[in-house]
Amino acid sequence: MTSATHGLGHPQHAPGAHDSHDDHAHGPPSGFMRWVSTTNHKDIGTMYMLFALMNFFIGGVMAMIIRAELFQPGLQVVNPDFFNQMTSLHGLIMIFGAIMPVFVGFANWQIPLMIGAPDMAFARMNNWSFWLLPPATILLIGSLFVPGGSLSAGWTLYPPLTVQQGMGMDLVIFAVHIMGASSIMGSINIITTILNMRAPGMTLFKMPMFCWTWLITAFLLIAAMPVLAGAVTMLLTDRHFGTSFFNAAGGGDPVLFQHIFWFFGHPEVYIIALPAFGVVSQVIPAFSRKPLFGYTSMVYATASIAILSFMVWAHHMYAVGMPAAGQLFFMYATALIAVPTGVKVFNWVATMWKGSLTFETPMLFACGFLFLFTLGGFTGLVLAIVPVDIQLQDTYYVVAHFHYVMVAGALFSAFAAVYFWIPKWTGRMYDETLGKWHFWLSMIGFNLTFFVQHFLGLAGMPRRIPDYNLQFANFNMVSSLGAFLFGGSQLLFVYIVYKCYRGSGEKAAANPWDGAEGLEWTLPSPPPYHTFETPPAVK
Amino acid sequence: MGALQHNPERYFVPQPANYPVRGSLALLLLATGAVLWMNHYASGPWVVLVGFAALLWMLIGWFGTVIRESESGVYNKQVDTGFRWSMSWFIFSEVMFFAAFFGALFYIRVLSVPDLGNPLHKMLWPDFAAGWPSTGPYMKTLFSPMEAWGIPAINTLLLLSSGVTLTIAHWGLVAGNRGKLKLWLFLTIVLGATFLGLQAYEYSHAYHTGLKLTTGVYGSTFFLLTGFHGFHVTIGAIMLTVMLGRVMKGHFTEHHHFAFEATAWYWHFVDVVWILLFIIVYWL
Repeated sequence: MTSATHGLGHPQHAPGAHDSHDDHAHGPPSGFMRWVSTTNHKDIGTMYMLFALMNFFIGGVMAMIIRAELFQPGLQVVNPDFFNQMTSLHGLIMIFGAIMPVFVGFANWQIPLMIGAPDMAFARMNNWSFWLLPPATILLIGSLFVPGGSLSAGWTLYPPLTVQQGMGMDLVIFAVHIMGASSIMGSINIITTILNMRAPGMTLFKMPMFCWTWLITAFLLIAAMPVLAGAVTMLLTDRHFGTSFFNAAGGGDPVLFQHIFWFFGHPEVYIIALPAFGVVSQVIPAFSRKPLFGYTSMVYATASIAILSFMVWAHHMYAVGMPAAGQLFFMYATALIAVPTGVKVFNWVATMWKGSLTFETPMLFACGFLFLFTLGGFTGLVLAIVPVDIQLQDTYYVVAHFHYVMVAGALFSAFAAVYFWIPKWTGRMYDETLGKWHFWLSMIGFNLTFFVQHFLGLAGMPRRIPDYNLQFANFNMVSSLGAFLFGGSQLLFVYIVYKCYRGSGEKAAANPWDGAEGLEWTLPSPPPYHTFETPPAVK
Repeated sequence: MGALQHNPERYFVPQPANYPVRGSLALLLLATGAVLWMNHYASGPWVVLVGFAALLWMLIGWFGTVIRESESGVYNKQVDTGFRWSMSWFIFSEVMFFAAFFGALFYIRVLSVPDLGNPLHKMLWPDFAAGWPSTGPYMKTLFSPMEAWGIPAINTLLLLSSGVTLTIAHWGLVAGNRGKLKLWLFLTIVLGATFLGLQAYEYSHAYHTGLKLTTGVYGSTFFLLTGFHGFHVTIGAIMLTVMLGRVMKGHFTEHHHFAFEATAWYWHFVDVVWILLFIIVYWL
């Protein structure tokens, strides 16, 4: 094993570090080809995260355009069709381009370190999982520039609108196919790594919770992504080859698409949420200086959520019409998810109970997650109730709900993860003062943006419409100002991360956190390019 | 499980490779070309051709590398276990892909077509009979639906036999009997190719008697389900042919032949899908 530390910014060849047996101990090839051809989980994890950051800003600019248009009633900034393209692509890019890749990036960096593996099980395929994403994003963004523009029917791709749209829609369909292939390969890799590459003594129930949540997430991805591929394939054949899947004239049904889509779409919610739960389950114990409360129940709760997530899809479709028995089934099944989720929230709070707490930036984001995600969970329960949902379907209440889950849930947890692990990745501590600023600006900006949207929705403001009634003007202005604050404060995050990667800031110890435990903290910060070439011993 | 089966000396980590990025560029070309083609740009087919050639070139290179690595003996027990896990999960993802189409067929037959014939819709379409097969209320094309007990029954027999011949070939491999392995593997490929030939004949017959992809929801579900299955049989047959080529070159040992086993798993999976197709699409 090399003793030289080549961190992210400093690819070096470690002289004399390799033996004649093979070339594992080589440093990376230098320059651009290092990143194109790499089979190193750390490099690939870094690329995933930087790519996610780029998409976070592309999707963010789209959000800013949406909020600029909604700043005042009337049409000021963009035309309605472009507005609809922005809402649709904002959703797709944030979900498939930002949130999912950033958690795969964490998985790539952390899982091999956490279970004592030398790398991911399939290192070359790992590279392909990442390098499939840029072409998909090129297709997505490129769809804006073709005749007829991009998808403007919302990220849910519902026919008949999506059957009627121009060639931008075809580009979106193939982008979804490629991103799906990337997710499936990535997930097979993660599952195989966890099941097959653990160091001796690292039993499944000794694994850090982050690995457990990713194991279950990967299962969800493998089960859900092919279904989405099937759904968009049917869209494609309906568009170009004269099939009638979603066409009632030929015996099909547009609602069929909604069923297939949400059979993917609801597990997708947990695909995003479970790794976030995993991160929070690492961060809260570290800053409470106590082991995670109820580890085993946490594992079973995660698995229960995953299984239930396949049985609740039609709660997205109450308003399209379904038999009362169906509505009742999906309502109760949805409410049932609150039980394992409640177990998790209880365990996080119980972990903090009587802990010696400190509130560094990762912990702040984890606490922000805990409050706001739980709030998003509550509004989810409200929306699970059929008669309420029929009132609130397609209003800003729904927008507020899922942004509490996706932004304050997944994104805040991703921030917690970056601040928690960036000393490990770069060997440098982040700027704590700036980190705290980033948290509080995000917290305030986020709540200004989305809390008021609950009221807008309850008052009946519909989503995906660029104009609105005068009565909604004040709250919309508050929401837009909040969004600009939230969006602007993310530049601070880029600066903080950049400082660490550039190598300025205090040097990080192998374990910069008092309470953090696990194999990854036994390695130097940053860890050598190749770690655990021989298995570590786990007690 | 896994943790105790590793090679204690050293893990296997492959060297950097540019196959992935070439594959990504190929897919980008393929997707762009397909979009251009579907929207009637003259350049479309050419871009697809270039993309497909690039993908093929990349796949041959990548699989070639894996085969060389495997034959040179750098894959230890742990790598083998990893391949087993990953092939299982890959087949599971394929199961879910087919599940989407079977689910669509179920929904159409059980929910959407009967619903189009319910009393409320009688006003719109008084003479629409909501039976199966159906082409929906607005499509009046005449066609003859697929008969289960003709070619499809023969095809079922062919695929089921191919499962048996492949197993006999595997026994030959495990017993070190190369002649048996080659003969039965070859027979498996012949059975698969015959299946595909009959399927092609059946399709052309269907098109001549009016059953097309555009024949309402019956045509849509029939051709997409059997078409994707046929595509998978094609992939499986190509995999079997590669295995035969490797056997001819003397690859594999009695204990080290997971590529062969993975192909067999895949072939059996395709078999099971066919049985479901035969029962649900052709017969019932």
